[in-house]
Amino acid sequence: MPDGSQIDYNGLIPNNVGLNEDLRVRKALEVWHPGYIDWWKQMGPEGFQDSLVYLRTAVGVGSEGWAKFDFVRMPEYRWGVLLAPQVEGRTIPFGAHKGEPAWQEVPGEYRAMLRRLLVIQGDTEPASVEQQRHLGATAPSLYDLRNLFQVNVEEGRHLWAMVYLLQKYFGRDGREEAEELLKRRSGDQDSPRMLGAFNERTPDWLSFFMFTFFTDRDGKMQLAALAQSGFDPLSRTCRFMLTEEAHHMFVGESGVQRVIQRTCEAMKAAGIDNPYDIEKVRALGVIDLPTLQKKANLHFALTLDLFGNEISTNAANAFNAGIKGRYREDKLTDDHHLLSAVYPVLRLKDGIVIVDQAPALSALNMRLRDDYVQDTEAGIARWNRVLERAEVPFRLTLPHVAFNRCIGEFAACHADVDGTLLTPDQWAKRSKEVLPSIEDNLFIASLMQPVRDRGAYAGWIAPPRIGIDNMPGDFEYVRLES
Amino acid sequence: MIDFQTDPSRYRHWKIAFDGPIATLSMDVDADAPLLGGYELKLNSYDLGVDIELADAVQRLRFEHPEVKTVVLRSAKENVFCAGANIRMLSKATHGHKVNFCKFTNETRLSIEDASAHSGQRYLAAINGAAAGGGYELAECADYIMLIDDRRSSVSLPELPLLAVLPGTGGLTRLTDKRKVRRDLADVFCTTEEGVRGKRAVQWRLVDEVVAPSAWETKVRERALTMAATSDRTGTTGIALTPLARTITADEITYPHVRARLIRDQRRVEITIKGPTTLPTDLAGLHAQGAAFWPLAMARELDDALLLLRLNEPDLGLIVFRSEGDADTVLAADRLLDTHQSDWLVREVTLYLKRVFKRVDMMARSLVTLIEPGSCFAGSLAELVFAADRGVMLAGRRSGDNKEVAALSLSPLNFGAFPMGNGLTRLQTRFLGEPDSITAAQAVIGQALLADDAEDMGLITFAYDETDWDDEVRMLLQERASFSVDSLTGLEANLRFAGPETMETRIFGRLTAWQNWIFQRPNAVGETGSLKRYGSGLRPDFSTERV
Repeated sequence: MPDGSQIDYNGLIPNNVGLNEDLRVRKALEVWHPGYIDWWKQMGPEGFQDSLVYLRTAVGVGSEGWAKFDFVRMPEYRWGVLLAPQVEGRTIPFGAHKGEPAWQEVPGEYRAMLRRLLVIQGDTEPASVEQQRHLGATAPSLYDLRNLFQVNVEEGRHLWAMVYLLQKYFGRDGREEAEELLKRRSGDQDSPRMLGAFNERTPDWLSFFMFTFFTDRDGKMQLAALAQSGFDPLSRTCRFMLTEEAHHMFVGESGVQRVIQRTCEAMKAAGIDNPYDIEKVRALGVIDLPTLQKKANLHFALTLDLFGNEISTNAANAFNAGIKGRYREDKLTDDHHLLSAVYPVLRLKDGIVIVDQAPALSALNMRLRDDYVQDTEAGIARWNRVLERAEVPFRLTLPHVAFNRCIGEFAACHADVDGTLLTPDQWAKRSKEVLPSIEDNLFIASLMQPVRDRGAYAGWIAPPRIGIDNMPGDFEYVRLES
Repeated sequence: MIDFQTDPSRYRHWKIAFDGPIATLSMDVDADAPLLGGYELKLNSYDLGVDIELADAVQRLRFEHPEVKTVVLRSAKENVFCAGANIRMLSKATHGHKVNFCKFTNETRLSIEDASAHSGQRYLAAINGAAAGGGYELAECADYIMLIDDRRSSVSLPELPLLAVLPGTGGLTRLTDKRKVRRDLADVFCTTEEGVRGKRAVQWRLVDEVVAPSAWETKVRERALTMAATSDRTGTTGIALTPLARTITADEITYPHVRARLIRDQRRVEITIKGPTTLPTDLAGLHAQGAAFWPLAMARELDDALLLLRLNEPDLGLIVFRSEGDADTVLAADRLLDTHQSDWLVREVTLYLKRVFKRVDMMARSLVTLIEPGSCFAGSLAELVFAADRGVMLAGRRSGDNKEVAALSLSPLNFGAFPMGNGLTRLQTRFLGEPDSITAAQAVIGQALLADDAEDMGLITFAYDETDWDDEVRMLLQERASFSVDSLTGLEANLRFAGPETMETRIFGRLTAWQNWIFQRPNAVGETGSLKRYGSGLRPDFSTERV
């Protein structure tokens, strides 16, 4: 076993897990690899497979230099198997086995649970690539095009990470599940992806930015919880994935930020003070702020559904088993057993939202969701600083967690963005005001015209403050004619 | 009180839709309407309340809808067919409730299989989402199982790995006996929490067909129509199963033809059946009477009384059956059933009587039938004599009483119409070692047998004359009431079902022996057992001692 800090690029598959010596997994991955490339060509970004893209590739997993930039054709991207270095003497950090040495092999009794977690996590990775495959055609700049592709290839690598674990630790079942991950298709009626939000289309770039801001942040929370796992290979995989996930959220957060920036600038230039004067704002070819709020409402609610039921036996079992921890478990100072702790859970009771003190073990989904909301709020605050600086009298807010939900406690009710419960009739009327309408979406779609000149940006989005890898403003991030 | 009477207008958990020869029975469990309270019926999980509605629906489909030849059993919820019995309900319920719940559930499932086998109303399970535990057990009752192949939906029996109990309400037995799944694959299936999906489910014979979502609705309909085409079910106009006229007081449950007196201080129930007074003269008249036709009306009332007693009166451990009325009229009712046996409604009535008598067999109560002057244990009603643990007959008259001398008579229906769970008639079971007694009994069909003859022929246990009667009966009942109820239940269940095993007897036998044993064991119900810890995230603490 190599020390894990350098990547072996000599074999077909870059890795720091000693693949050369691991005949069984190498054979499995080599069988899986062609299927993956086929999938990428079929379902990966449409129309840019031969373009040279300025992409970041991991060359080492240590704190220094895990990112090396170069031009690469996406199908030739060096996807590989990269785990964060093993921590000597690591113990299981929580649950019934707390303090025991971290598992280097799958404990038989938790095999099914672990496999299920890996498959669900793994399924989201290719799904988002599929959801975003049409976006290249309408990119607002080469810079954004490149960011899209960076996100896509890294989601691809995250799929590799899960597939490695499946093939290494789960035998024949694992190999079959790895194949299945390439067979499901986002939005396909016969063979959909496993989670609802990953079967929705990402129709435009604003949706892409919102998705990477809101939904990839769920990915971050899940990875952060899995990074605590007592199953060491999973923990190490997720720790490395988190470094990549951060870039995806950067794309989303800065993307929306640049949209806000551009709208504010255009309003100022046209002398429009009232952000609710939607028609006038739209006439400038920029996205009005109320529509941004509606998009945020939509994506926030869709993402909250990914956290599942507030009270969850599966989550409790996974924690107690030492398989999936809490967000930043290692920073928490309680007993890490949670046997007698309680946690406040928002519930719907007799038509009102109440706070219920639930056993903390059962309420882990709720807790992770709370952490998520907190993390998201910080991002929203950064967006609002743009509005503040531009002196535009408008602030973006997160809707109430009961708003527009399909899963969990609040699936059974209709709630306004402030959490006020609504009758079905009231909701039918109100939802049009707080969620994007067909007209809103048509307007956004009308702005989605590709801009492919070096250093040029579509009129609805501001340029970034600094380039990727500190490249100059007119850098040709994607060489289309190559 | 747990009540078994309901009708579609009151259903909380099921929806029925009709489309020519196809009925679609959709499970849509209202999570907020549990029968016992204190748990939510999430993910189409069920409790006795859900099953009571299912039993009602199955029954109504048979009587009210002769035009229905295929019943499609499916879920109205997305991504879940049925998650099985509600686990929190199981962990809260008393042992007695669990036992009776499982028993009733299986009786309902058998009634589904009975409809498929004998009524020309076949069941098709269209599994459009995860079918776990009791959800898959329910699907196993159908003639044909279709599973949606969306790469997610699976069938599973996760009771053992997830809950440390068994898929014991027929799940295991139907797996091996009905679907003939290979035992090693069944072992894998029953220890794999997430179950099996897609083609493997077909290869292992867990389902009959998998269908892609895009073709799902079309294929389900096609298959339902194909199944309907094989039906021998005739008839176009059903009869309404009208609400039972029932009065319940603290000590009595009264219907027009059945009266149950609850004698609490002696832990006894006395059920008296009243024979028919008027009967239709022909088939048209029988249809016109509908639910008022005596055999059907009596069967519904007796069935309801038995269920009420099972669930609500666990301390009343002894049931005494009596009857009042004219034996000849009972035999005339039997003749109507026999003569018109090819008619769909008559067939349903006979099949229902069969099921009610089976319900009697399955009562965890001591059963004593008293044949007294003025009684009418004839033909179909005589089944209550043969179902009982003891049949006692009064010889001669009581002084000062001008009632008809007690007599017992048989009809052709006693020789085939009402098989027990073991596939034999009650007389065949009774005379397992003396087939000549059956021939002898057949020879006296229609004759009023007096006590001494009935005793000689082995049709009753004892005959007593007036001198002994009161004392003997009193002592019999008192003695019975003094024994341990557990050993009585075990004894009776052992002795009632002599002879061959069938899937049905095996299901009930194993339900009683294994499931109910496991339901008592610390690994399941102890403070650190699986049912108690389920949902807490804590691992159950198992005793590792094999018994």
